[in-house]
Amino acid sequence: MYASVLGLLSERPPIVQVIPLSGRYIPKPNDTVIGTVTDVQGTFWLLDIGAPRWAPLHMTGTPWQIDVGETERFLRVGDAVVVQIESLEATGRIGVTMNGEGLGKLEGGTIVQVSPARIPRVVGRNGSMIDTIRRLTGAEVVVGQNGRVWIGGTPDAIHRVSEVLRIIEENAQHSGLTERVESYLRSTTPTGLKGPEEPLQEHAHRDAPPRVLTSAEPDEDAVDAEDESPEPSEPSEH
Amino acid sequence: MSDEVSAEILTTHILDLAAEGKRLDGRGPDEYRPITVEPGFVTTADGSALVRIGNTAVLSGIKLEPGKPFADTPNAGVLTTNAELIPLSNAIFEPGPPQPGAIEVSRVVDRAIRAAETIDLTRLCVTPGEKTWVCYVDIHCLDHSGNLIDAALMAAVSALCHATVPAKRFEIAEADYPLAVNHVPIECTFVRLGDAIVVDPTFDEERAAQGRITVATDEVGRVVAMQKGLVGAFSPDDVKDVVRRAFRHGERHRLLAKGGTP
Amino acid sequence: MGSVGAKEVPVLLSPEGLRIDGRKLDELRPIRIQVGALHNADGSAFVEWGANKVMAAVYGPREVHPRHLQQNNKAVIQCKYNMAAFAVDERKRPGLDRRSQEISKVIGEAFESVVFAEEYPRTSIDIYIEVLQANAGTRCAGLVAASMALADAGIPMVDLLPAVAVGKIAGKIALDLKKEEDNFGDADLPMALVPQSGRLVLLQMEGHMTEEELSQALDLGVQGCRAIYEKMKQALRERYATGPIGGSA
Repeated sequence: MYASVLGLLSERPPIVQVIPLSGRYIPKPNDTVIGTVTDVQGTFWLLDIGAPRWAPLHMTGTPWQIDVGETERFLRVGDAVVVQIESLEATGRIGVTMNGEGLGKLEGGTIVQVSPARIPRVVGRNGSMIDTIRRLTGAEVVVGQNGRVWIGGTPDAIHRVSEVLRIIEENAQHSGLTERVESYLRSTTPTGLKGPEEPLQEHAHRDAPPRVLTSAEPDEDAVDAEDESPEPSEPSEH
Repeated sequence: MSDEVSAEILTTHILDLAAEGKRLDGRGPDEYRPITVEPGFVTTADGSALVRIGNTAVLSGIKLEPGKPFADTPNAGVLTTNAELIPLSNAIFEPGPPQPGAIEVSRVVDRAIRAAETIDLTRLCVTPGEKTWVCYVDIHCLDHSGNLIDAALMAAVSALCHATVPAKRFEIAEADYPLAVNHVPIECTFVRLGDAIVVDPTFDEERAAQGRITVATDEVGRVVAMQKGLVGAFSPDDVKDVVRRAFRHGERHRLLAKGGTP
Repeated sequence: MGSVGAKEVPVLLSPEGLRIDGRKLDELRPIRIQVGALHNADGSAFVEWGANKVMAAVYGPREVHPRHLQQNNKAVIQCKYNMAAFAVDERKRPGLDRRSQEISKVIGEAFESVVFAEEYPRTSIDIYIEVLQANAGTRCAGLVAASMALADAGIPMVDLLPAVAVGKIAGKIALDLKKEEDNFGDADLPMALVPQSGRLVLLQMEGHMTEEELSQALDLGVQGCRAIYEKMKQALRERYATGPIGGSA
């Protein structure tokens, strides 16, 4: 029925559905997403994750010991969190959990919104793009499948990652995106940062407050939970 | 991001950047986003203009109709301004009667047009005490990404600058003629982000702001209207500083409003 | 100077069968569709159809406000059609009027027939149509714009909804009336088609038509809808070929 334009138009008649370049995030189980607390109740919080519905996070879905009614002490309206989609019910309810590695409350840094449709390009094949970004900026980056990307680090690192995300958003469908991103990052490498060979994780923490509160100390290298590939044990050279 | 709630992290980041003279989109504290002005966008109106400031888009249409003057000003025409902040333009707007934000935009725009004596209301009078032109300034926000006030006033004055009085259609004169515009007010809106006062706030900057101030100036060196909004405070020196900046921006934006952008 | 009151009735159809703007009886006005015209909406489209200028925006699926309106098994689809005060020759007072309310309802129902609302229980899909400049056929232009906006938002539907109005001028059935033709014509029949099934999900009529004329009008309308459908598909292709929204680009 439709010519396949960038694979965006559904080939199954009779349904028309375009994967939107903008628009809502549609949750999938096991996705890691970044949400904002919009409401606090006695036993749970409501999170806006950019999906058709808010996602309730129950107090038992966190690593904390919380008494009923004490929820506000742990998360308040406006706080940003990294959670994982656990279940999608027929009623539309989106079950999420904050129990797990790389999940927790976000502090410091900033959040940038890109179209959910662009996230695969932000991550890249086997995480190649996101690895490049981290390597060449020294920033900490948490990528939410819902299009929200948290960036931590020096103001300069944050700015450069934001710029890269903008480049990806505007050029995702063009070829040569990886080259464009790398060329931007290399041409704007600030002084003091030696380049890809240097282990950059230490730099990331220098100016930023602790990133994530979880029950255990976050593994130095487990900076994101969205990688399709196994976690690298140390910064890799690609 | 969230329609309803701003992430605290983002607000903090905006304030941190502002402390270093920087902004999220890389602009300087005194820099506007790109502005386009398209006069004559709507031909059913007697005058119209579509203004974009960054991703904010506001359309204004002028309609002139014969009516009765007010009893206490029998020699003057009637000018009335209405701004519609419609749900189409941003998730924060609900359908229904105008919210306080819409009313404030209407009144701040109206105040600037009136105080600047943009159009000479006595020239709108046809027969004293009986018949006058009623000038409706309708403002329709299409896309709200921050700084509606500046876009709304620019759209309104640009529409006025390009308006035609439909005298022939209403059989008041032999021919239509251009609406006479005497002064062209321009508004500049600033927000406080910590100690910094930046111009042309985006939607996120407005949500992070600790006070907002709008200054309207005309082309003969007068300040014609001011409005402080949101929760926060400005010192007299702050006010003098933004007034100076408003005059400078006003000069440039006036040319855009009058001439349109290619 | 003309006399006060009666307007001159224009010649709507020339002896050669040409209308006041030179079109033939079965010809559409020029239509231009821009998908993704707005930054904030989840989906949007701007349609210029003859001298009509209509903007449509879709927000959703999203949480329902107020909560009591939500439905357990599907999304609530709400449509609001509105005309700007300056959109018509005689200024329209801002605010809800009965005509707009009726049009909102019939357009909303048309979309309820094709949107897969069950995919999003307990949410709402809000459709906003703003007529910025009117020249007859605004509800059809609005429907087309809203259809594109829904597609832009990624909301699954049975099909896009092309729509057009058929009328009668100088005794002849004519496709896509413009303002003067609508003012002085004898009938107005707006319709919206689901191309996939060939069925109509919006149909209204006002005026006089014989059974034969009505049958003719329906056929002509469906033909017009199919032509508009091609333009709608083309607009979607163009949108995704050129990339994401960037202001008016």
